[in-house]
Amino acid sequence: MEDTAVEEPEVSGAAEFAPALVAAHPHGNSVAVAIGPELRAFDLRAGLPVSLSDDCGGRSHSDAIRAICFSVSGALFASAGDDKLVKVWKTDSWRCIWTIASEKRVSAVAISNDDLYVTFADKFGVVWLVTLREDSAEPVSVDNKPVSILGHYCSIITSMKFSPDGRFIATADRDFKIRVTLFPKNPLKGAHEIQSFCLGHTDFVSCITFTSISENQSFLISGGGDSTVRLWDYVNGCLLDTFQVRDKMGELLGPNETDDSSLAIADICPSNDGSLVAVAIQSGVMLLACDLVGKKLSFLKVIVMEKSYIPTSLASSLSSELLWTVMGAANMPNQASSHLLTRLRIIPCFQKDRLSSSDAGPATLEDGDVPHGEKLLLALQGSLDVTKQEEVLASVLAALKVSVHKMLVKKHYSEERKEQRKRGRNDKKMKN
Amino acid sequence: MTTNGAGGGAKLPRKRFYRARAHSNPLSDSHFPVPISPEEVDLSQHYPRYFPADKGGDGEEAAAPRRIRFADVGCGFGGLLVGLSPLFPDTLMIGMELRDKVTEYVKERILALRAANPGQYDNISVVRTNSMKYIPNYFRKAQLTKMFFLFPDPHFKEKNHRRRVISMQLLDEYAYVMEVGGIIYTITDVEELGEWMRSCLEKHPLFETVPEEEIKADPVFKLLSTATEESQKVARNGGQTFHAIFRRISLQEE
Repeated sequence: MEDTAVEEPEVSGAAEFAPALVAAHPHGNSVAVAIGPELRAFDLRAGLPVSLSDDCGGRSHSDAIRAICFSVSGALFASAGDDKLVKVWKTDSWRCIWTIASEKRVSAVAISNDDLYVTFADKFGVVWLVTLREDSAEPVSVDNKPVSILGHYCSIITSMKFSPDGRFIATADRDFKIRVTLFPKNPLKGAHEIQSFCLGHTDFVSCITFTSISENQSFLISGGGDSTVRLWDYVNGCLLDTFQVRDKMGELLGPNETDDSSLAIADICPSNDGSLVAVAIQSGVMLLACDLVGKKLSFLKVIVMEKSYIPTSLASSLSSELLWTVMGAANMPNQASSHLLTRLRIIPCFQKDRLSSSDAGPATLEDGDVPHGEKLLLALQGSLDVTKQEEVLASVLAALKVSVHKMLVKKHYSEERKEQRKRGRNDKKMKN
Repeated sequence: MTTNGAGGGAKLPRKRFYRARAHSNPLSDSHFPVPISPEEVDLSQHYPRYFPADKGGDGEEAAAPRRIRFADVGCGFGGLLVGLSPLFPDTLMIGMELRDKVTEYVKERILALRAANPGQYDNISVVRTNSMKYIPNYFRKAQLTKMFFLFPDPHFKEKNHRRRVISMQLLDEYAYVMEVGGIIYTITDVEELGEWMRSCLEKHPLFETVPEEEIKADPVFKLLSTATEESQKVARNGGQTFHAIFRRISLQEE
């Protein structure tokens, strides 16, 4: 592996390209989509779009949202991004109950399994923690300022998850590393004990997720810029299996059609029984069979959605068999601010035995069959107009091919430009 | 700077041909190969006597493979390694240095020493790398028994404190690669930096102070202030040094 610099001309806006995100409530109560600064949620039980009440902190997100997640219990939802704010919402009322200010832009967010803490990662690779409940056992610091608990030195953390048993916090970065750290009972003093490093990716790690077959048997799965999906024994830092997505796509498409996209893995999502992993690829989703006993990943099928559809984010809930996929982007060059459109597609039967049975039904739901149909699509996509969408999505596709890579690779500037940037830099003293 | 390969009449390299600035920016992404994981570190490149190249880089299959146990982070011109090598002839040690020319100098120095003293200095080597980013790429969990941070860059300005090689954040990684009972040695002639390093180590839950009597009895301690070029310069100028020597402990989890 060569630690090489990437010499690229500076493309305006390419580094700020913000992919659309989707998250599903663990019990299937609701689904949320984030595109640019907009957060859109839909209540699946009531069949109505959610109206968010954000009178806490006085402002809703003013810049691209980079990370969203539901807590394991479903009670809380967090959103954070380029406006340096982390917002925590109660999912029953969709009221924002906390707005936390970060010194730097936020790249990842997670909520501890007991709903006590929210952690967020800033662009220096530092993970901060804030206590959420007043009745937690630990004395909350007087002004409840974020406390730094760990860091990936000078790297950007792309994904952060708590292990199902709550003992560990896993963080992945652009420097090919995944770090698994013990999450202590008193995290305010920091998470200093590293359990393992999961090393093997040969390019940035874009997404990590835990998956399990039973209460005490869980594993880590990761996807990266090297176009691989990897299965890990995270307690020991052992790489169990690697699946080469690019090679498989090459095989499937045959020698005539070459797939010229960058093929970095944008997102992965495990099914609720641990038997499948969905991988976002160009033109749809690849499903991998995940054998957690034999510790292997193998190809199951590709679900082709639309030719120009690359999901930017995937989500599924513990209770249902739907796999939600969304495609969209904000902050693209030449994008009018009104064009915050996303395209949402759903894969039903996201479970291994359902898929293999012959009466599985359609691989992807038609718009008409989507739960709550047009209401949901309008609320989450921003529009029902297919032609308008296609235009927008074509430009998203073009930007995606270039930008997933650019987002995470450090830009290199000419000498002149370096000097110019130095002059404008704000060298405030660090607070700690 | 051309030299003969090992075995030829290898003279010690002249430092003046390897001049480099004392400071190097650890934040910039430089061009040098980095192993993906510790399994990929090719020990036959570093310690050919113990890992003949034809057997592959992992060494003998029969016994437990020999591993690097000492790491000199920011090894400069290699003075400490050269001093430690005869004290622990069976221990593999490595120096890590960011500056290209300085790393080349150390490589040449080791080759020359091996040629002039057959059977010695086979246990030391150097690698050009950024130890603030890549320590876990080189060493497995609990692999090292000693880590050295001699006269690190002070990064005086407060805004640059995050570039210091000893910090709470980085101590997590150093603790990870060190075995319980392993010793971390730090020394500097900058009082404020000395206080900073001591304070970080005191605050970090995985390190505890080594008592003074134990330090005085440690044969390695004397080398800290005498073996390296930097320390000799400090001595020449009559400067004071500040050391912080701590032991890696395990946390008692409730």
